[in-house]
Amino acid sequence: MRQEVAGLSKAAGAGRLRRPRWRRLVARVLNYALLLAIFAFAVFPFLWTLAIAITDKTVVGGTSIYAFPQSLFPKALTLGNFLEVVEKLNLGKYFLNSVVITGLTVLGTLLVSALAAYPLARMSFPGRNLIFGAVVSTLVLPTEIAFIVNVLTLRDLGLLGTYLGVVLPTVATAFGIFLMRQAYLAIPSTLMEAARIDGATEAQILWRVMVPLSLPSLTALGIFTLVGTWNAYFWPSVALLTNDDLLPMSVAILKLKGQFNYDSFNVAAGAMIMMIPVLVVFLLAQRFFMRGTEGAVKG
Amino acid sequence: MNARLLRTLAIAYGFMLPMLALKAVYTFWPILFGTYLAFTEYNIISPPRWVGLRNFEELFGLGAFAGRGPDRDFWYGLTNSVKYVLVVPVIQILSIGLAMLVNRQLPAISLFRTAYYVPVVTSFAVVGLMWNWMYNQYGPVNFILTRLGLMNPDNPTNLLANPHLALYAVMFVTIWKGLGYYMVLYLAGLQSIDKSLEEAAVIDGAGRWQVFWNITLPGLRPTILVCSLLSTISAIKVFEEIFVMTSGGPAGSTYTAMYFVYAQAFQDFRYGYAAAAGLVIAAVSLIFGVINFRLTRGGSSS
Repeated sequence: MRQEVAGLSKAAGAGRLRRPRWRRLVARVLNYALLLAIFAFAVFPFLWTLAIAITDKTVVGGTSIYAFPQSLFPKALTLGNFLEVVEKLNLGKYFLNSVVITGLTVLGTLLVSALAAYPLARMSFPGRNLIFGAVVSTLVLPTEIAFIVNVLTLRDLGLLGTYLGVVLPTVATAFGIFLMRQAYLAIPSTLMEAARIDGATEAQILWRVMVPLSLPSLTALGIFTLVGTWNAYFWPSVALLTNDDLLPMSVAILKLKGQFNYDSFNVAAGAMIMMIPVLVVFLLAQRFFMRGTEGAVKG
Repeated sequence: MNARLLRTLAIAYGFMLPMLALKAVYTFWPILFGTYLAFTEYNIISPPRWVGLRNFEELFGLGAFAGRGPDRDFWYGLTNSVKYVLVVPVIQILSIGLAMLVNRQLPAISLFRTAYYVPVVTSFAVVGLMWNWMYNQYGPVNFILTRLGLMNPDNPTNLLANPHLALYAVMFVTIWKGLGYYMVLYLAGLQSIDKSLEEAAVIDGAGRWQVFWNITLPGLRPTILVCSLLSTISAIKVFEEIFVMTSGGPAGSTYTAMYFVYAQAFQDFRYGYAAAAGLVIAAVSLIFGVINFRLTRGGSSS
């Protein structure tokens, strides 16, 4: 009976494949046409921005970024816009701010999550479910007002307008704790028992057994945090409202628009400098994003 | 209590200490204190003064504020935030289609998936800059609209400067930026559907559309719940794309509920009133969350 069905399935599958060759070809061509059209839709703004950024604006005859399609294919190329934007706006300073804020946030998130997830995953003690429930509940609690109170708290702690003030409220995330807890739960308990028999302390088990075996999850968490923090706009702009000097690039770049009197070439170069590091990280680590872990856990 | 249990407790809570301290200070305290603030008048300079329900009365135009009517700015913002939920069905349908399109074994398909995801990893600051150019009077969007005969070529206008269309123009950018994110989630959902079910349906003579409607879509229901929930909540709380593209303009036409909270807190320094508005927004997103849950039948795939 089962074999019959399997045989049928094969026949049906073959039937589907037996469509005329020209029809399959047309279908394939249409497929790629659609894929390419969406491709253009998704990346056009980036390609255009790149073209503007490398256009030599000093070229005789004037250049408009809105002349299509000429502005997509600049006649004379230059890196001058990049130098100009770095020099005039002191973009290096903001870049460094982004590096410091992102670095501290990634390190903090990894440390806090890796530590907290261990007892939640592999130890039994009173209060465990309560704490885990509380962490989970932060996904649904009203956080709309949190940023207001956090600004007040940071002011009282003297952290408003400092690197730490931007970083500290963002490092203990339900997402990070979830992700690391799942990773630890997947590690066979025989390994932990073996370590215990060898006289290892809990700290040693965490550091020598759990952490090395959950490197993929730690990497994923680190990369998600890196991209999210580098791009974050709202929270840093609120937390650094009183101290322009520590602004990350994401916030500084919009101010740049005003300061340059709308010199689009320089602004585009600035946008490129802001985007490239994250784009490189994304392209190198895209498999982490394409797995869909982030949303699955967030949800 | 024996020594062993004490030791376990010390170790467990020791490991969790950084997380607990940070969560307590920066997550739980804001919820408690913020809720309290909603019932006070607070401008930082003098300590919070308890005013009972007055902030809510002012928002809704009740009690002492019955003569003045509801706070116009707040309701205008909330209406726009609710309008923003229009993004949810559009983005879900498009990203399911996109996921099905890239869920095939075609040469170079992963290249397309990667490209579609690039807007997701781009900062709203950069997105705001780029799309301000895109929507410029003489920019590419109008270039296409005039060629399609949808806009007068002699006098093209920036969509972001048009009070009737600006909100929809920003919604379009939200969709552009979010599509890849939901595509990946739906891709994972599609790949978790049992292939033999679809094959069996084909054997029974089901057409493509029937397979999609009776097998694929029910199989995706848990993913649809998660995705529409995520996107509904971010629609109600929409702020960043507005802030970087229109700053609530033109003529306040893109003012949203969270923009109101931000403005009350950091421009007018009415922290209590801002907190009250925040609580109302939280309640509204909860209601929409429940609606979502109902519509997807709790995300059960049967």
